[in-house]
Amino acid sequence: MPILEVKKLIKAFGGLIAVNNISFHIEQGEILGLIGPNGSGKTTVFNCIMSVFPITSGGISFKGRRIDGMKTHKICQLGIGRTFQVVKPLARLSVLDNVTAAAFCRMNTIKEAQKEASRVLEFCGLYKDRDKLAKSLPIGGRKRLEIARALATKPELMLLDETCAGLTPSEADEAIALIKAIRDSGVSILIIEHIMKVIMSISDRIHAINFGQTIAEGLPKDVANNPTVIEAYLGEQDHA
Amino acid sequence: MKKSVAVLVCGIFFLLFPLAVPSSYYQHLLIITLMWVIIGSSWNLLAGYTGQVSFGHAIFFGVGAYTSGIMVMHLNISAWWGMLLGGPAAMLVALFVGWVCFRLRGPYFALATLAGGEIIRLIATNWESFTGGMVGILIIQSFKSKLPYYYIVLALAGLCIWCIHLIMKSKWGYYFVSIREDQDAAETLGINTALYKNISLLVSAFFTGTAGAFYMNYMAFIDPHVVFSLHYISIMTILVAIVGGVATIWGPAVGAFIMVGIQEMFRSAFFGLAPKWISQGHALVFGLLVIFVIMFLANGIVGDWAKIKRIATPKRKTHANS
Repeated sequence: MPILEVKKLIKAFGGLIAVNNISFHIEQGEILGLIGPNGSGKTTVFNCIMSVFPITSGGISFKGRRIDGMKTHKICQLGIGRTFQVVKPLARLSVLDNVTAAAFCRMNTIKEAQKEASRVLEFCGLYKDRDKLAKSLPIGGRKRLEIARALATKPELMLLDETCAGLTPSEADEAIALIKAIRDSGVSILIIEHIMKVIMSISDRIHAINFGQTIAEGLPKDVANNPTVIEAYLGEQDHA
Repeated sequence: MKKSVAVLVCGIFFLLFPLAVPSSYYQHLLIITLMWVIIGSSWNLLAGYTGQVSFGHAIFFGVGAYTSGIMVMHLNISAWWGMLLGGPAAMLVALFVGWVCFRLRGPYFALATLAGGEIIRLIATNWESFTGGMVGILIIQSFKSKLPYYYIVLALAGLCIWCIHLIMKSKWGYYFVSIREDQDAAETLGINTALYKNISLLVSAFFTGTAGAFYMNYMAFIDPHVVFSLHYISIMTILVAIVGGVATIWGPAVGAFIMVGIQEMFRSAFFGLAPKWISQGHALVFGLLVIFVIMFLANGIVGDWAKIKRIATPKRKTHANS
């Protein structure tokens, strides 16, 4: 049974159909890359999965259980963690407190939650910054904090929204290593990414969308060579 | 360690104060101040820590006071029962207020609570058969001495601050602050934001309502224009917390002393030393004080204490540098 199954998902904002009949699934332990040009509906898919707004039609199942229509916090408690493309740190809290707040999702005492938060921060390479205010972190640190916070809720599936955007090449390499380490710890991952180097090197499979519709799906190298995908990214080939 | 000693010293000071200072005038001032400590701290839990700014805390204060008063008026039982039931009554009203107002966020929530306060004041004014309307409710004070009132309100203020301190060190506290910082992020972290905003409101309403019930017992007279007043209760509550320091445990307590102090100085025209017309000026001074605090001490006196110390002791700093 796939860990996440999205079936015929449609999301319309008034007359604008942002996501049009998209279906995909993620297997246990898999990294699925979701790619597409700007405005193609990737983040909207994430928002639909997390029930940020109600979906227009279709169905979303997590471990065989329908989750569309549930409250966002409930979906998190079931085991889906999410990071934001435009990072949302709890700005005036310390890094440790940010992650501790997330760890309370599975813990009840402050001692347990802080211990778990420290463990996650160590794992994400943020432990040395634990006492800094979240707003004082540079963008690389904030992206890491997003991941750490999502991890602290002990998800079985993580939705990563452009966690490498805005990073320096060496930071991006570290982020790739971190994402792989998360997968190796048994968490399935759905990742949105623009940097081709990142998405090609970590995805098991790739799902490409444009204008809210699926244009290709398959292994990274097949999708990368798919003419429709190339056209979507680079424009139509010049035949003259 | 240093902090707990300071708390202990403060505690002993307040326990002994009325024995050392038998003047009922000063005892009265301290009773009123401690009452504001409770209300300001409660508001701080909801607005300072949870980020849900209320302009309608008079709702809960008034409901607590009227619960107490109406027991005497209609049931003919002691107003002290209100001390037990005023808090729960305010919580009941808070459930409704939360159900309606928490659909809104930020300034819209604040405006909704402002409207709520005005609505309930009008209800209390016009529903004469139940509340006595503009005539208000007059009871007979249980004690001639101020001492029992003083120790009751002191215990309540201590309990209130202690509870908030415990809450802020627990899961609830982390959740409240997360909601303040970013409600959408909080929801994604598995926090039931609707539930925890209501919990914060209920705790806040409980203490404010209990303070209201105490006010009824102590002052022995209430009318809608006092206990449901936007100016004297809702706004004063916000000033107490802002001046002292929003989102700090001791801020509202410090703010209560300053605000009640200023209010009293103007009301008494600086103990009769200044011309009488100056007593009209307290609203103006409140306004100026808020402008000053917002411009220079955005985190209030407690929140910006380090900054105040630095400015107040410039000499020591140059010594250390040289």
